[in-house]
Amino acid sequence: MGFIDIFSQQLVNGIVLGSFYALVALGYTMVFGVVKLLNFAHGDLYMVGGFAGFLILSFLSPFIGPGWFGVAVSMVFAMIAVGILGVVIERVAYAPMLSAPRLSILITALAVSLVLQNGMLTITKGQYVPFGSALGFGGVNLGSLFISYNQMILVGVSIALMAGLEIFVSRTQYGRAMRAVSVDKDMSRLLGINVNRVIAGTFFLGTGLAAAAGTMAGAYYGSLWYFMGFLIGLKAFTAAVIGGIGSIPGAMLGGLILGLLESFGTQLPGVGSEWKDVFSFSVLILVLVFKPTGLLGKPEQERM
Amino acid sequence: MTLLQVQGVSLSFAGSKVLQGVNFAVAEGAIASLIGPNGAGKTSLFNCITGFYKPQAGSIRLAGTETLRMKPHQVTRSGIARTFQNVRLFREMSVTENVMSGLHCRTSAGIIESILRLPGQQREETMIRDFAEECLTFVGITEGWDRDATTLPYGWQRRVEIARALATKPKLLLLDEPAAGLTSSEKEDLIGLIGRIRDQRGISVLLIEHDTGLVMRVSERISVLDHGVMIAEGAPKEIQANPKVIEAYLGVEDGEASLGL
Amino acid sequence: MPDTPIRPSAWGGLTTILDTPLKRQVAIAVILMAMIVAPLLFGQYATVILTNALLYVVLALGLNIVVGYAGLLDLGFAAFFAVGAYTVGIATLNFGLNFWLALPLAVFFAIIAGIIIGTPTLRLRSDYLAIVTLGFGEIVRLAARNLRETGGASGLSGIESPWLFGWHISTPLDFYYVFCVLAIIAVVVSVRLANSRLGRAWLYVRHDEDAAEAMGIDRVKVKLAAYVVGAVYGAIGGAFFAANLGAISPNSFSFQQSVLILMAVILGGMGKIPGVILGAFIVILAPELLRDFGDLRLFIFAVGLLLIMLFRPSGIWPAKSRTGARR
Repeated sequence: MGFIDIFSQQLVNGIVLGSFYALVALGYTMVFGVVKLLNFAHGDLYMVGGFAGFLILSFLSPFIGPGWFGVAVSMVFAMIAVGILGVVIERVAYAPMLSAPRLSILITALAVSLVLQNGMLTITKGQYVPFGSALGFGGVNLGSLFISYNQMILVGVSIALMAGLEIFVSRTQYGRAMRAVSVDKDMSRLLGINVNRVIAGTFFLGTGLAAAAGTMAGAYYGSLWYFMGFLIGLKAFTAAVIGGIGSIPGAMLGGLILGLLESFGTQLPGVGSEWKDVFSFSVLILVLVFKPTGLLGKPEQERM
Repeated sequence: MTLLQVQGVSLSFAGSKVLQGVNFAVAEGAIASLIGPNGAGKTSLFNCITGFYKPQAGSIRLAGTETLRMKPHQVTRSGIARTFQNVRLFREMSVTENVMSGLHCRTSAGIIESILRLPGQQREETMIRDFAEECLTFVGITEGWDRDATTLPYGWQRRVEIARALATKPKLLLLDEPAAGLTSSEKEDLIGLIGRIRDQRGISVLLIEHDTGLVMRVSERISVLDHGVMIAEGAPKEIQANPKVIEAYLGVEDGEASLGL
Repeated sequence: MPDTPIRPSAWGGLTTILDTPLKRQVAIAVILMAMIVAPLLFGQYATVILTNALLYVVLALGLNIVVGYAGLLDLGFAAFFAVGAYTVGIATLNFGLNFWLALPLAVFFAIIAGIIIGTPTLRLRSDYLAIVTLGFGEIVRLAARNLRETGGASGLSGIESPWLFGWHISTPLDFYYVFCVLAIIAVVVSVRLANSRLGRAWLYVRHDEDAAEAMGIDRVKVKLAAYVVGAVYGAIGGAFFAANLGAISPNSFSFQQSVLILMAVILGGMGKIPGVILGAFIVILAPELLRDFGDLRLFIFAVGLLLIMLFRPSGIWPAKSRTGARR
């Protein structure tokens, strides 16, 4: 394979990876924007989303088949179910803590993450679970470059979801309320916005997107694992920070950039695939240290 | 001699100008006040002087040393101490421990000395405690030193905050609305305390205060800030008669009443 | 001892029970006696478990300085544990150093690692710091897994157990007593730091960063001191861990390890030394008692952590009574 081929193959891989990161990063960034909370459990909700999609698909596949259509239907149900779980978590665990010291909220979020992770560990006994989807192997050859239909569908669905979110946030009244709450909670309350409802809605949407990513990842890679949310959670957070935490277009951009960085980074001399995660975490630390506001984020407000 | 010299300080947040070319000085050994209507930028100016805000332009010098680029803790070490508009004592810590925080920048014991309890560290600990207790006594708090500071009555908390600021051994003490929420007898005590801080400790005092009656009585020089601009400066009598000042206050509220005329 | 005030917050409710020096000395004597005779009473298996619990006391007290005193959430504490263990492993196996020369080296590397990762990141928001430490912990684990010098996924083995003045520290009982001494030193150092200028500064910064800055406290420097002291605790724990087991692998330094140490700190009660000790014992002993539960025990811990945060954020150990006098 020539240089151009490797380049374009990595470009495709990077975009696929990036759309997963972007979908999960969106939830991080939305929740952070509205409640200023770093939801450590977000990656685990992606994992739960994968398992929810798997369960739903195994019930429905006799009727709608294990192909992309079946996966898509399961994905929608998984988004709703896990979205509700996200709202419940917010109500039960986070809402009572929002006035507590920052450290307590962070530890609570970590605890929720551990409950989800270890709950799934107990259920699955730590085993990989085959997803049970049957996707085709077809694709398009562009010269020596091969793009599978699965990759195209996956990226297409991601783009559709993100576009839908962008329209929802910028065009609907609810979306405007979300933006208002993220700028100033007290002022929004004075303006008659039901802040609690907006927060619940934000958790629902953010978690739902993570669940969509989880289901698609399960279908695409073929198996699920209780710990699969840990790494992607960290990376999606990295993506959100690269783009500027709190910024929705930023999360999409950040996801894409991180996906590309990873797929090209592993091609660098000395950076084999076993160093891929070290590479991503180093990017995370460097971004946090040198540009914590990210590419599209607003500068932090002055202290005091 | 000038102790604090503020020159051409401009500060803006997200495009809105909070301070515009403010010139201002406090003489050594002075008791000075900074007044102005709500939102005039008084606390912002305090935050610039103490290093919490970084003004876009200007210069701030303490006894000739530029402090503008310093971090807040460096400003404190160089000799400016402050209190906060809404009292900010350390929760879950005793009154004495709160005041001991002021000595941090005047002491040096590190990790090793503390683990080994070297004699120097032990002496320093005793000195820190003694000086903290002396500062508490100075502000008139002679009991309840072991109590959680945030459980004290409000007026006491204000005085603990002043003791804590004094414990940093400052040259200049900035008080942000020290009389807010005090009873009238507590205000009398405060006037006495401010005088003693200057007379007995040789510390210059600059205060922001809304109680203009108190300001007129306690301060020797008054500066008036309005919409981020310094509009007047002078002795209390001159300020009371200054038409610009009266207008500034009238523009916002009942100026004559609030100026105590 | 000269006037050495004990901060009640460091001891929790103990100060109200042990209110005279005599009572305190009796309590210390009882605890020491119990530590000495425990292995003789419970047998070898229990001795190994207790040794592990004492290791966790050291690690948790170290993390407590970072989380409980300075209020920094460190999710990658196992990294320092790994630095200590691998330094001893590599120094003794590859360079033929004896354990007691490798130990200061381990401390040195932990300090360097703490400064390198802490200096740029400790000025960040607290939630960013948590993520950075998590990433750092993973980087260290993955590096240990991928590098040839650290033995890759299978790790290092054949680390010799140390000699001390002609005493070969080799049996489980030997190591039990070594860890007893380590735990006691860890407690004494924690108490002394808590009652020092620096210990108070950690609390000031934790409670109100701006007010602490206004009092002339350099918050970044003070946080860095906490982070580095915690790192040293971790490295010393790791060094003796390596000497005890004779073999180490990357699996001992995973995110789960960091979480377990953090749980020990929080379950018992952040910032309170007896609480942290209790937490360490719970984290190690409970799985022994819950052996039949298998994977469920981690889930039980996680639920326990969540319940603690929601209903008793100060931990299991009782707080000082509000009206209690200082000492």
